[in-house]
Amino acid sequence: MTDVSPPSDQPAPLLTATGLRKSFRVARNRTGNARLTALDGVDLRVERGRTLGLVGESGCGKSTLARVLLLLERPDEGTLRFDGIDPFTLRGRALRAWRRRVQMVFQDPFASLNARMTAAEIIAEPWRSHRDIAPEGARRDTRVRELLDLVGLRPGDAHRYPTEFSGGQRQRIGIARALALGPDLIVCDEPVSALDLSVQAQVLNLLADLQRELGVSYLFISHDLSVVRHVADRVSVMYLGRVVEHGPAEEVLDRPVHPYTSALVSSAPSLELTGDGRRRTVLQGEIPSPMDPPSGCRFRTRCPRATTVCAEAEPPPATRSGAPSGTGDHRGWCHHPLGPTPAPP
Amino acid sequence: MTTTPGGRRRRNPSGARTGPPRWWTLLGGDRVAVCAAVVLTLVLLTALLGPLLIGDRAIRQDLDASLRPPSLDHGFFGLLGTDVLGRSVLARLIEAAGTTLSVAVPAVLCSLVVGSAVGMWAGYHGGRRESVAMRVADVILSFPSLLLAVVVLYVFEPSVANLVLILAIARVPIYLRTARAESAEIRSRLFVDAARTFGTRSGATIVRHILPIVLPTLLTVATLDFCFVMLTESSLSFLGIGIQPPEVSWGLMVAQGRQYLQTAWWIAVLPGVAIVMTTVSATILAAWARLATDPAQRWRLTLPRGRRRRPATTGEGTP
Amino acid sequence: MTPTTAPPARQPEPGAPPPALRVEGLTVDLTTPTGELRAVDGVGFSVHKGRTLALLGESGCGKSMTAQAVVGLLDPVARVTGGTAHVNGTEVLGLSRSQRARLAGPVLSIVFQDALTAMNPVRTVGAQLAEPFRIHRGLSRRAARERAVELMDGVGIPEPRARARSYPHQFSGGMRQRLLIAMAVALEPDVLIADEPTTALDVTVQAQVMELLADLQARQGMALVLITHDLAVVAEHADEVAVMYAGHVVETGPVTEVFTHPRHPYTRGLLDSVPERAAKGRPLHAVPGSPPELGSIPTGCVFQSRCPLAADVCAAERPRPRPTGPSRAAACHRSEELASD
Repeated sequence: MTDVSPPSDQPAPLLTATGLRKSFRVARNRTGNARLTALDGVDLRVERGRTLGLVGESGCGKSTLARVLLLLERPDEGTLRFDGIDPFTLRGRALRAWRRRVQMVFQDPFASLNARMTAAEIIAEPWRSHRDIAPEGARRDTRVRELLDLVGLRPGDAHRYPTEFSGGQRQRIGIARALALGPDLIVCDEPVSALDLSVQAQVLNLLADLQRELGVSYLFISHDLSVVRHVADRVSVMYLGRVVEHGPAEEVLDRPVHPYTSALVSSAPSLELTGDGRRRTVLQGEIPSPMDPPSGCRFRTRCPRATTVCAEAEPPPATRSGAPSGTGDHRGWCHHPLGPTPAPP
Repeated sequence: MTTTPGGRRRRNPSGARTGPPRWWTLLGGDRVAVCAAVVLTLVLLTALLGPLLIGDRAIRQDLDASLRPPSLDHGFFGLLGTDVLGRSVLARLIEAAGTTLSVAVPAVLCSLVVGSAVGMWAGYHGGRRESVAMRVADVILSFPSLLLAVVVLYVFEPSVANLVLILAIARVPIYLRTARAESAEIRSRLFVDAARTFGTRSGATIVRHILPIVLPTLLTVATLDFCFVMLTESSLSFLGIGIQPPEVSWGLMVAQGRQYLQTAWWIAVLPGVAIVMTTVSATILAAWARLATDPAQRWRLTLPRGRRRRPATTGEGTP
Repeated sequence: MTPTTAPPARQPEPGAPPPALRVEGLTVDLTTPTGELRAVDGVGFSVHKGRTLALLGESGCGKSMTAQAVVGLLDPVARVTGGTAHVNGTEVLGLSRSQRARLAGPVLSIVFQDALTAMNPVRTVGAQLAEPFRIHRGLSRRAARERAVELMDGVGIPEPRARARSYPHQFSGGMRQRLLIAMAVALEPDVLIADEPTTALDVTVQAQVMELLADLQARQGMALVLITHDLAVVAEHADEVAVMYAGHVVETGPVTEVFTHPRHPYTRGLLDSVPERAAKGRPLHAVPGSPPELGSIPTGCVFQSRCPLAADVCAAERPRPRPTGPSRAAACHRSEELASD
């Protein structure tokens, strides 16, 4: 873990989110309207040219977080700083100019491309809203071809429709579209979970190559821990609208502080065969409703270590007890953080 | 809309390649759609050129020839018989084609354009804009359109322009509701979100992403509505506040011929047939256009008609 | 399409009972606008009672269609054009619709991936779970209802009696999948086919559902066919694996051996592309290209265009499954070279 230095040594992060809160009003059967708390005080940091992995199960708020970062939703509370700017203070032209700096790659390579547009039209679409940086005339075709080439498609693919491509190729088109405006940050929302394994590796390699060549940062949202472990420098783990643990990727996944992280790691099926299956803690129950979250620690209803204090008080930030020095800013929010265990194989 | 330049090769879901589909090759493969197109073209040509050919035969009375049944004995204009005043039914059908279309087409187009534009705008934005638009639509719908027409046309002069206006207003909610429902659904699709992430304005998003998807549905609604508008026009004409004799429309002919239905069926039935054939052709062509404008569905038009119903699944339901 | 033969049926050890499900030379053709396409080509595998076979492959490889063919739920454009499937020694592919219906439930059953669309949204889950008992066992409404409640209890649904009156949409994804499994195992089938049973679920819930399936299998002694694209699920839960690619079974054998010493380049490519096995920060070993479309499956080996070992013989001749070890087989001309690695 020598490559992880305390944040003070590093240049200012590209994106910092502090205390983001977002709730939605939802219609309920009998009791009238209820509020669904999707984000409940989320802190996040994305370093320049690095990848932050965001892990959590469905309903944990990671998609809402992505939408907030893309300014598709406005948070109820909290601040966002992107390269020193609070994008929510921007208006009109400045706002539209800012939008090009954060782009998104979507999970579903089928639904995220308009089936009535050709690959070239899809890739060039962002330019139609950003005339100032859009390449003109013949430059435009050249640029589309460059982008196609960059993501590993052939120039001849430019005039084909999405239905004529395989899932992996469509995802490449989606990536090319995200690159068209030259963004600083790309939010990747489960970019490979809809793809076949052999194709998934191609797309992950492509994302890594692009990061090396273009220096773009990623917020990589995924439920697949082995993918996150491979691509992410740092990881934040979310549960019911809160970040329950964050830190350097290998630290978090190999030596988790929070019992939820530990359970996630242990539930994830693994290729490593050990005869009659590994020892695993299968969590009981499912995620509680975000309309009616538990008091205190959100995870206590499923936590094997929960005690009364977990219901009464918000969990404090904790480090792994007896953690070796030099673990950077690895934190979990838990009353009963996990202690050192024998080093995993 | 249906073609793009360049020798594009498309692959259908089964992986077979076909040449670049031109719209006329697609149309040629569909015999029913060809028939529909031919019928519609004939109706249009009749409406445009017919009046030049028939002279005054549509209004020339000949009481000796009153209520002649359709026969081959009385020359071209006697083919479809005569009405009670001895006027040639064929000539009147031709004359009426122009009047009918000049009311129905503008009325349908106006309500289509206004209704869809407002509907897509309301559906895309949602919230208060949507509520206001929908309440207005409800108000129009809850008002008996015939009553509205009667009042307005009595107060104002019953002219073709006023008729078009009334019919258009009465039908706007149909398109508004359809467009709103579809665009509210499409708004939540990922590629619309994607467009928002790179800062596309709402107007451009509607035109680029929502309109092409909603349009085929709206056109289908419009062709069905075409029939409704023609019949409404006929009932207004029947009440004496629509098309004013001696001008004639198909609807008016049906209305006038109604009393002779038992003695001279051809006076009412033939214009009815004209209405039905026109609307059915328009509907068939709309269904064809719906497929032809969808790149993901277009290949189906290359199949024999009976096979089109079910898309061939080549893969499995796994993601 | 060259005619292909089934992989040699694994010879059971003398005295061993016959497999609960044995599929041989299964071939499924699709009627498409451009003619007949072969989606499943000479697929064979067998599962014994109490064992789990994983049918592993990527989307479009024909694994789900194989399952649908066996249970008789093929889409109308697809039809079985060859092969046999024996369930407990009875050939099922040639059975009539009504004969099959008698097997569905007590002998052969399937769990679908999408639990929401697989259930009737306007009937209570209790009524739906009671249905198999009423149809096959002729139980009264009340008795069948009682059995349904027991069943819900058995798959770990809390407060089953109260929940039996709920509708499918009132359950979470994991609970719905449990209900679907309950429905499938209601009549204690001999063979249960699970088509991507956990794909739509969260990781922690996925683990619960797999645990439930393993538990039920141990209790009822079913043979389980697990259809999946997830290598890790196969590694953890299956005894044997049949790897499918472009409508063909390319490798079969015990999971532990196939996954540690793959003898088909596709199997090896899949295993190598798992991020878990790659060094961090290094590129993953991706299999280049993508699977062939059904219309353009090459003569010769189906994997040749993506294979690092492809040679002339691979383009000329389609490899037949050959034994590569005890109870293992691979359809590759060059599997010996993989063995020597």
